[in-house]
Amino acid sequence: MKKIRCALIGSGNIGTDLIYKIRRSPVLEPVWMVGIDLQSEGLARAREMGLKTTAEGVDGLLPHVRGDNIQIAFDATSAYVHAENSRKLNELGVMMIDLTPAAIGPLCVPPVNLREHADRVEMNVNMISCAGQATIPIVHAVSRVQAVEYAEIVASLASKSIGPGTRANLDEFTYTTSNAITRVGGAKRGKALAIINPAEPPMIMRNTIYCLTEDEPDHARITDSILAMIAEVQKYVPGYRLVNGPIYDGNKVSVFMEVAGLGDYLPKYAGNLDIMTAAATRTAEMFAEEILAGKIQLKAEEIA
Amino acid sequence: MSTTENLKGRKVILHDMCLRDGMHAKREQISVEQMVKVATALDDAGVPYLQVTHGAGLGGNSLQHGFALAPNEEYISAVASRMKQAKVSVLLIPGLGTMKELQAAYDAGARSVHVATHCTEADTSPQHIAYARKLGMDTTGFLMMAHLNDAAGIAAQGKLMESYGAQTVYVTDSAGYMLPEDVRARVAALRAVLKPETEIGFHGHHNLGMGIANSIAAIEAGATRIDGSVAGLGAGAGNTPLEVFAAVCERMGIDTGVDLFKLMDVAEDVIVPMMDHLVRVDRESLTLGFAGVYSTFLLHAKRAADRFGVPARDILVELGRKKMIGGQEDMIQDTAMTLAKERGLSIREAAAA
Repeated sequence: MKKIRCALIGSGNIGTDLIYKIRRSPVLEPVWMVGIDLQSEGLARAREMGLKTTAEGVDGLLPHVRGDNIQIAFDATSAYVHAENSRKLNELGVMMIDLTPAAIGPLCVPPVNLREHADRVEMNVNMISCAGQATIPIVHAVSRVQAVEYAEIVASLASKSIGPGTRANLDEFTYTTSNAITRVGGAKRGKALAIINPAEPPMIMRNTIYCLTEDEPDHARITDSILAMIAEVQKYVPGYRLVNGPIYDGNKVSVFMEVAGLGDYLPKYAGNLDIMTAAATRTAEMFAEEILAGKIQLKAEEIA
Repeated sequence: MSTTENLKGRKVILHDMCLRDGMHAKREQISVEQMVKVATALDDAGVPYLQVTHGAGLGGNSLQHGFALAPNEEYISAVASRMKQAKVSVLLIPGLGTMKELQAAYDAGARSVHVATHCTEADTSPQHIAYARKLGMDTTGFLMMAHLNDAAGIAAQGKLMESYGAQTVYVTDSAGYMLPEDVRARVAALRAVLKPETEIGFHGHHNLGMGIANSIAAIEAGATRIDGSVAGLGAGAGNTPLEVFAAVCERMGIDTGVDLFKLMDVAEDVIVPMMDHLVRVDRESLTLGFAGVYSTFLLHAKRAADRFGVPARDILVELGRKKMIGGQEDMIQDTAMTLAKERGLSIREAAAA
């Protein structure tokens, strides 16, 4: 079967884990890995796994885009360089999946709004944050049943799974995730809390989701909606698991989740990184399926 | 070694926690009027620093940590506008509070901040410490649950905070687990690596009844700032009771600059009548100290015990075993539900199999 050819930008943990996820896909093929350090472990591993590599950043990839028929690129670099990467690749008709906090395109949580983005043939979609991917499906599962006045999520992450970028910019994580709880999750107000736990052996990512409904919650319908949503997420993140709840206290709905990774490149406890790469892969697959079916066509963007 | 002689004439800055850590003991339900009453009395007694926020600090108002009766800015401005000499401080835990909230607290009159991280995660604080310094605030790096890192580790983490701009580094015994030798080793290790002008502080909890002894040990090893709360109003068995500590300091010739009798009056006449429960070492708070569990978990665990029929002590011990840290209050209810299921107790409304 024909596959859509992809480039991975950023040779760190996320970029490397993406190789495994994409290789497993029936509709995607990892072809290029872009880094900035020739000696990096990520580039070496990519070469071992048969990918073409460049250590000259996105500019090293551009001359090969047409010849290698690259149609989708994943950006796992940083918010600072994403906009330039996206502009250059969009010009050549490459669709961007943004795993940085840049969020210049619409926010995407696959089971909530991926369909809309694919229908509109968005050329850049943003994956929010790991906590966003792990919790917003649940907020949406409640808000699609009845109005949610306020949603709050608590993400507990293993210290070993949090890189220096996130550590030095925790406020960004808080703002990005809080914003997406309302814009994608559908709550009227949102708040995100993050805790970094250094326990050994490392704890598996945990997420608690609290929703305050405007009216008395319909227990049966909300519980059904949440269980259905969990099954949707499990299609691309098998380790997404309900630990406790939903439990109801007045208008408060509480759900206690765990996310174990697949243990591809990152260990299983790093469900937070895994859910990002899995969601990004799922997003790319949806676009790829549509392209292969001839339903959508990516177009090179006119230079404004 | 004659400790008393060594400490004679040493100056120590007291920092009262009633109106922040004490919020935990009051389920965040201290009114603005009560705060003003307590703060003006402490100001009058000569306490130089008062911490005023939600128990979990800036950004603390949440389902996770409870909602206070007023926003932080309202508490801070009501208190700060009435202080004759005391400075108002706030707590900021990155991941919960943000720089926007720090700016708002500063605008409301806060002039000192404890930027708090777990004792191994100092590198989540550089932005917030730098921002506090830019505002000109008295800036402390606050290493919580300090018993979970050894002396060398605490020293390395403190050095990081100093490099971000912290003027003071605290050893924070959030679980009330440490013994005087633990405190001495950590403070001494910090003193050995920090610049001479960087101060060291100690924040104790009284869960093993060691608040005073630990604070004295900290001073012996070089600490110059001590957190406590009048009548011990704080999480768990409370903080180091400030009036008791002030009395011990006076006996030892340590200079705190506070009026001991006035402080005793605040404890007896203002704070004790405010208490919902007598803050003391009871079975559950002793469990915190013994098992090394975050003191704030106490009342949450008691509530979960009532709801799910699992003893609070069992929940706290399990949280200690799973190495849960400050901020993970959601895991209290989660743990209680898991224990209840394991014991075959029915959970109302729960859907998980």
